[in-house]
Amino acid sequence: MIEERFIILTEKFIDKSLTDNEKKELDKFLMDEDYKKEFQNQINVKEAVMNLNLKKPKSEFWDNYWLNTYNRLERGVAWILISIGLTLLIGFAVFQFIQKLFVDDGGPFIIKIGLIVLFTGALILILSLIREQFIKTKNDSYKEIKR
Amino acid sequence: MISLKDKKEFGELVKANMKRAYFAALGFVGNHDDAVEISQKAFIAAYRNYHKYDRSKNFYTWFYKILKNLSLNMIRDRKKIESLDFIEAKDEDVFKSVESNELAAKIEKALFTLNDNERSIFILKEFENYSYKEIAELMEIPIGTVMSKLFYARKKLSEKLRGMI
Repeated sequence: MIEERFIILTEKFIDKSLTDNEKKELDKFLMDEDYKKEFQNQINVKEAVMNLNLKKPKSEFWDNYWLNTYNRLERGVAWILISIGLTLLIGFAVFQFIQKLFVDDGGPFIIKIGLIVLFTGALILILSLIREQFIKTKNDSYKEIKR
Repeated sequence: MISLKDKKEFGELVKANMKRAYFAALGFVGNHDDAVEISQKAFIAAYRNYHKYDRSKNFYTWFYKILKNLSLNMIRDRKKIESLDFIEAKDEDVFKSVESNELAAKIEKALFTLNDNERSIFILKEFENYSYKEIAELMEIPIGTVMSKLFYARKKLSEKLRGMI
């Protein structure tokens, strides 16, 4: 079991923010072989990563970053508008079509039945997709974020 | 909907925070393409929720939660880690650099055996030089917890990298 105080002192040592008194306190811990070994392991990892960097993208990447983000944002708004427009147009077309189907007595009965079944299936499918999307949005974890 | 003034202000916020957003995402997801995707997606999500942002608070602290959640969702959704390529050697000496890059590849893999919080804290501290206080504020946890998580992250890495460091 590693003592919490040892952890804090080791972190402060690595962070070069250890006071003289804390240094003495750490030295006492290091008289124990297990703590000494653990301390050395911590230093080894610190030294290994000191010579490494996170990979940096080329400078042009940053020049276009906001523009690309903005384009994606704008396209998102465009897709929403297109979807609303299409929904309105298709809804109106379906309404007109069904109205005509029932008003017009001339067509074969089997075609009317077939179309009603087809539209019912499409409606169920659309409702199912909307419900799935709604549940997904509702459970979206970032929505939980508070100010 | 947000106003044109907000749009301009938001653009400035993106420019001011894009680098640390990208590098934080890189630490979470482990490669350039996913880091770009997630960091931009997080800015778009932040833009759509900008009206909820309390301007008396630090933007990046608020934004970081969105970024973290989106990153964790991406990690959860992908079956396995496709490619890790986010650490490189500082060394300009070609021979030393080859050796250091081999170690970098091993450290990348070892980092992805840590849990998400340990990995992000380790990367913020060791690669982005955040202070304990800054990490504590960003992750909304006590400084002691940051120190403890960092310590155990190093301990796990030391076990994974035994014989190499």
